[in-house]
Formats: sequence, structure tokens, C-alpha cells
Amino acid sequence: MQTTEQASPVATTTPAAVLAGVSKLFGTFAAIRNLSLTIKAGTITVLLGQNGAGKSTLLRLLAGLTAPTRGSVTVLGDAPERRRGRIAYMSHAPMLYDELSAMENLQYFATLNAVGGGCDCVGSPEMALRAVGLDPHLAKPVGQYSQGMRQRTSLARVLQSDPEVLLLDEPFSNLDVGSAQHIVELLADFKTWPIHGGASGRTIVLTTHQAHLAESIADLTLTMDRGAISR
Amino acid sequence: MNFYRHVMAHLRKDLRLEWRSRDSMTGMLFFSLLVVVVFAMAFDPTAAVSRQISGGILWMTLLFASTMALNQAWTREQRNSVLDAQRMAPASAAALFFGKALANMIFVTGVEAVLAPLFTVFYNLHALGQGWLLLIVMPLGTWALVANGTFFAALGLRTRNRELMLPLVLFPISIPALLAMIQATTGILTGEIEPDLWIRLLVVYDVVFTTACLLLFDTLLNAE
Repeated sequence: MQTTEQASPVATTTPAAVLAGVSKLFGTFAAIRNLSLTIKAGTITVLLGQNGAGKSTLLRLLAGLTAPTRGSVTVLGDAPERRRGRIAYMSHAPMLYDELSAMENLQYFATLNAVGGGCDCVGSPEMALRAVGLDPHLAKPVGQYSQGMRQRTSLARVLQSDPEVLLLDEPFSNLDVGSAQHIVELLADFKTWPIHGGASGRTIVLTTHQAHLAESIADLTLTMDRGAISR
Repeated sequence: MNFYRHVMAHLRKDLRLEWRSRDSMTGMLFFSLLVVVVFAMAFDPTAAVSRQISGGILWMTLLFASTMALNQAWTREQRNSVLDAQRMAPASAAALFFGKALANMIFVTGVEAVLAPLFTVFYNLHALGQGWLLLIVMPLGTWALVANGTFFAALGLRTRNRELMLPLVLFPISIPALLAMIQATTGILTGEIEPDLWIRLLVVYDVVFTTACLLLFDTLLNAE
């Protein structure tokens, strides 16, 4: 894995994601500035940096939720929007319906993620909820959950889709120390889960302000500053 | 098969959300009832006049009421950024549009079911034409409103004045359908106009606009 601000990315074996000369402008504000980055498959990359450094925008570019103003983004060998179902993204917001229970939310997204023709390898909502330490039979709507429980439900939503590339924006925020440590261990374990279809390993890219938690599982830690990798 | 399964998932979810929150139905029902009562008191029409104007009043009431519900339709998806999760899923955007349009169709039809007997009482109506044709005109007209409304409500997702944007776009584009709905309904109630031509126009309008919405929704959903 190699990062530079100007140069073309260094070729590595089976990259999970490649950003080549990517810039993202919102009006006149440059959220990402001429960024080139190659992320190797089967690794955990941790993005650090202050608020507004461009971490979340970088994740949204990798998720295909926003298009680069300049440059190109490739995930699993193609444009991210053509890799839907193999990439999962968890943002600051829980991405869940407040009026539905955790199980109802997960069942809904499980149906959307199950597409015929591919492997039938989507994890069960019940298993995903148990994995993040939640009771799958809890009937309470998500809107009545604590912030930490919503965060864990959101993580269960992305884990159940069995993604090859997992993009997590601040996964440890709102969690107590014990829960955060549990999620760290879960992510380390997730990386080792077998992949159907012979892909070369699960890749996680996460942003956090709690470097001490993520660094224990990180294969690479990058710090972003004003839209570029500073170190 | 996937398309059908995904449409049903969206539809079930929207019905469940509405059942628990009752955001759309409550507003639509109260608004419609108020309009029916106010118009009946304001004009106090005779039976003959009622037949002439009630088609227009009915469809105008439903247009304004459904606009309220349609403005709400995508708010739930925007809250908590759920729309991003839907965009990330491999399910087609057309399925999302179709499921939501069907849910809106059910909500507006529910309002019509409450409104119809009240209309009959307040305006002293009975059809002089082929009354059973209303069973064709009502769903066709309702679909014309909700299909376009669902699409154009999504168009306003990224605009600041969403509530204003929807009627500004929806009303002009619905004029041909509104004309057909009102003429067909008036024709059925008065027995003076042959409604067949207007029903055919509604069918063509529904087919053309539904196809266009299904084809364009993916572009609309992922536009920045």
C-alpha cells in the first residue's frame, strides 16, 4: 500500500481500491485535493484527521455515493457504483428507520441486498445483531434506542450484507469503552471471515478520532489534513 | 423476480412506517374533509349543479391532499440518511420508485374510500351515466397523481424549498391528466359527456409517464 499526493499510485497485488489524482470540490471548497491512494485487499486502513480533513468525503467516494470532480476511483476493479452489494458503508447517521425495530430494519435491507444470480451468502439479521451484542428479539423501535445501540445496529446492517469492502465512518463514536473494544475485536475477526467467490480478502477502511482503539487492528494508519494525506 | 421482491419489500416497509406514524394519512384526511365541507357550505349547490362541479372539486381536493402526502414520502428516507443505504444496495432504483408509488397509491385510495360516501351525501350525488366506470377512472386518475408526484417529490430532495418545488412542477405536468379525470368523472355523473375518450387519454398518460419515471429514476436518485 502506498500513498502520495501527486504521483500515480504504486501498483500492488490485488488492490481493493485505487484513487488516481482524485479531487472533490463542493463549490469552491476542496474536500479532497489531488489524492492518489492504493488500498490493498485484505487490509484494515485507518484514517485519522481533524474534522473537515476530508475523511468522510473519501469514504463516500469509495462507496460511490459521490463522484469525484477530477480523477478516478476504482473499487474491486470497477467503478464503485458497479460494485453495489460488495461494498458496505456505515456513516455518521445510523441509516435506519426510527419507527422500525432493529430486526425489521435489518430484514428490509437483507431483502434489498439479496439479488439472484450471485451467491446466496448474505448473513442473517439475527446473527449480525448477536455479533454486535444486541438482542434480535428487541421489539422497541430504533428511534427509542440509545446512541450506542443505534450505532451497533447500524454496524449489524453493514455486516449482514457480507461485504468485501467495508467502509466505516466513526464506528466507535457514541460507544462506551467496553462496547468499542468489542467492536474492535469484531472487526479484526470480520477480516478473517471467508469470502465466497475466491476474492483475495476483506478490506476495511475506517475513520476515527479514537486512534488508540483502531491502531491495534490497523495494517496502515493514514492522517488526512485539508483533503490530502499528510502522513 | 428480484424486481417484484424488492418492490414488495419497499411497499411493506412504507405501509408499516405509515401504520406506526400515520404522518401522511392523517394530514390528507383532515385536509380533504375540510375542503369537502367548506365547498358544500360555500356553494350549497342543487343536485344538477353538484353533478357539474363535483368532479372538479373531487380531483382538486385529491391533488392538493396527495401533494401533502407526497411531500412527506421521501422525508423518511432522508432522515438518518437511509436513502444512502438504499443507493448502496444492489436493488434497482426503479423498484424503490415503484414500491413507494404503490404505497402512495394505497394511502390516497384510503382517503378516497372515506371521501366518496361523504361526497355523495354533501353533494347529493348519484350518477346519471355509467357509474361503474368510476371504478376505472378513480384508480387511473389516482395513479397519474401519485406516479408523477412520487417522481417529482424525489426531484426536490436536494432542493431547499422542497414543499414549494413539488406543486410548481407537478401541477403543470398533471394538467392533461387532470383534464381527463375531471371530464371523465363529470361525464359519468351527468351522463352528458361520453367518458371513453377521456379514459383512454388517462390510460395513455399513465403508461407514458410511469415508463418515463421508471427509466429515469436511477439517474434522478444518484444525481448530485
